[in-house]
Amino acid sequence: MIKFESVTKRYPDGTVAVNGLDLVAPSGQITVLVGPSGCGKTTSLRMINRMIEPTSGRIWLDETDTGTVSTSKLRRGIGYVIQHAGLFPHRTIVDNVATVPLMLGVDKKTARAQAMDLLVRVGLDPAFAKRYPAQLSGGQQQRVGVARALAADPPVMLMDEPFSAVDPVVRAQLHEEFLRLQQDLGKTIVLVTHDIDEAVKLGDQIAVLRVGGTLAQLATPADLLARPADDFVAGFVGRDRGYRSLGFADAGDLPTRKEVTVRLGSDFAAAAALAEDGWVLAIGDAGEPLGWLDASHPGTGPIGPQHLHRGGTVATEGGSLRAALDAALSAPSGRGVLVREDNTLLGTVTASEVVARIEERAAAERIEAAR
Amino acid sequence: MINDLWSYISVADHWWGPNGIMARLDEHLRYSAIAVGISLVLAIPLGLVVGHTGRGTAVVTFIANAFRALPAVGLLIFLVVLISPQFTGRSEARYLIPTTIVLVLLSIPSILANTVEGVRNVDPEARDAARGMGMTGSQVLFKVELPCALPLIFSGVRSAVLQVIATATIAAYISLGGLGRLIIDGLSSREYPKVITGAVAVAVLAIVLDVLIALIQRYTVSRGVSGRFSRKGATATTAPRKDDAIEADAEVLAV
Ligand SMILES: Nc1ncnc2c1ncn2[C@@H]1O[C@H](COP(=O)(O)OP(=O)(O)OP(=O)(O)O)[C@@H](O)[C@H]1O
Ligand SMILES: [Mg+2]
Repeated sequence: MIKFESVTKRYPDGTVAVNGLDLVAPSGQITVLVGPSGCGKTTSLRMINRMIEPTSGRIWLDETDTGTVSTSKLRRGIGYVIQHAGLFPHRTIVDNVATVPLMLGVDKKTARAQAMDLLVRVGLDPAFAKRYPAQLSGGQQQRVGVARALAADPPVMLMDEPFSAVDPVVRAQLHEEFLRLQQDLGKTIVLVTHDIDEAVKLGDQIAVLRVGGTLAQLATPADLLARPADDFVAGFVGRDRGYRSLGFADAGDLPTRKEVTVRLGSDFAAAAALAEDGWVLAIGDAGEPLGWLDASHPGTGPIGPQHLHRGGTVATEGGSLRAALDAALSAPSGRGVLVREDNTLLGTVTASEVVARIEERAAAERIEAAR
Repeated sequence: MINDLWSYISVADHWWGPNGIMARLDEHLRYSAIAVGISLVLAIPLGLVVGHTGRGTAVVTFIANAFRALPAVGLLIFLVVLISPQFTGRSEARYLIPTTIVLVLLSIPSILANTVEGVRNVDPEARDAARGMGMTGSQVLFKVELPCALPLIFSGVRSAVLQVIATATIAAYISLGGLGRLIIDGLSSREYPKVITGAVAVAVLAIVLDVLIALIQRYTVSRGVSGRFSRKGATATTAPRKDDAIEADAEVLAV
């Protein structure tokens, strides 16, 4: 657990970056600090490992007042990931990752073996181990930065915009890997971002800061979207929050219908005859949905991948209402594809059916609230 | 002319004699080594400290620029006048000390300035990460800043060595030895082959030393810093993951 106790930071030039901050980051959870540029996120984060000294107030790490231990001892127990990874250019990837264990006296062979395992864990090919940072892409470097911070297995991790230097696709990939890793490791994490979507996706709880360094709201992602504390938070959380909050709403058992399906490689004309509203769903050998076949298009011979419409998304059974609605809205047939955990076809659902479910749920919540 | 040169250098005594090329080369190397050695011992630690702390950068720049513009011969003669009366008797020191001082003053600027620059130029994020993982100030300096600064430090040392080798010829003005002896004696006795031999020897010595230091540089500077990456491991890719979903629970339908 990390606890801020009325922490204030005033820089020598008079700028108050953080003002009377009270905040608890619970053990084993991801706390995200989010807010507009200059609101004191980085300052708050760096006060935890005393890269910046608070002007007043205290920060506790479990039972320890961080102000009472030496900075190097404190920092060796805290993993720190900075924006552009900050890898050491003169060391190979594996030696970068092994830095802290080596400093703590672990022998070279063990430290390197652990580092190799960590590289695999963060999704890097072990063949990268002998390369130097300059030979890696930004996204790969960030993975190495995360691996390096994890190397001494610190209970606490501080991450300052760790996924910012990469394109949206790689970022989404890193998010997935990060969440999977955290599920295994259960670290106490404080993560800084100015991207509310990233915060909502990664955080167990989100602290929204406003310029001047005060806490505007501390809440779970679902709560933050559903009940912003004031205009500032509402504005910062942004548009579409009604829709985005569906991402936290369990879809439950949706009224799925059976779908007539065709297999890849079967005859086009025969398949087209089975179409409903001009579309028929193609599935693969394992029963996994592959895409919609447009029956109105003239075609002959066996169905190939080139005949399939690929715009639709698939929702997983037991997923969120947002995913189900998105599947329905993005399907060219108007019938959203639902799959089971093992990716086999469960059935389809229409947008109006999902919306009906959303309204039922909202009505139930209103009744609940009225009581 | 070529024939004169040829006949000069084909005399064994001109090479191996007590005043031959080899003896002069030996003296030349000795004066240079003393000067460069002193400069390294003074300038590198000072440069590392200034670069690491960031304090005194302006002073270093000022000193470096001032020393670079020194009129070597004038200063040498001034120092001889000043110093040699302190040493009675015919000791070599009365000339060696002024020469060494001039050469040290000339070689400090490039080593000092490059060391400071090298440390200042280290990626601030790498420095930050080093501190953030609990390295002490001197660990940051020796484990991160120094290795990253090596290319610039080496280039400072190389230009210092070139300058010292070239300037050490002036020792001959004040009756010391060195390859400058061949040039000055040759000029006064109008033995031009001797002059040319001396000049060529200085140039060859400078080139040989530069190549030697370049070799040392090659084996001490990390490939990650120098950018000479080996071809091994060039085929690595990011490990493909089956479940690289773009969104947590919605996946694009794809074939
Ligand atoms: N060393 C410093 N000296 C003076 N003021 C500073 C210093 N570092 C930061 N500040 C100021 O403190 C405030 C908070 O800075 P901080 O870096 O914590 O913001 P941030 O929330 O991380 O912003 P961003 O999203 O842009 O990274 C800003 O107004 C900034 O200008
Ligand atoms: Mg910041």
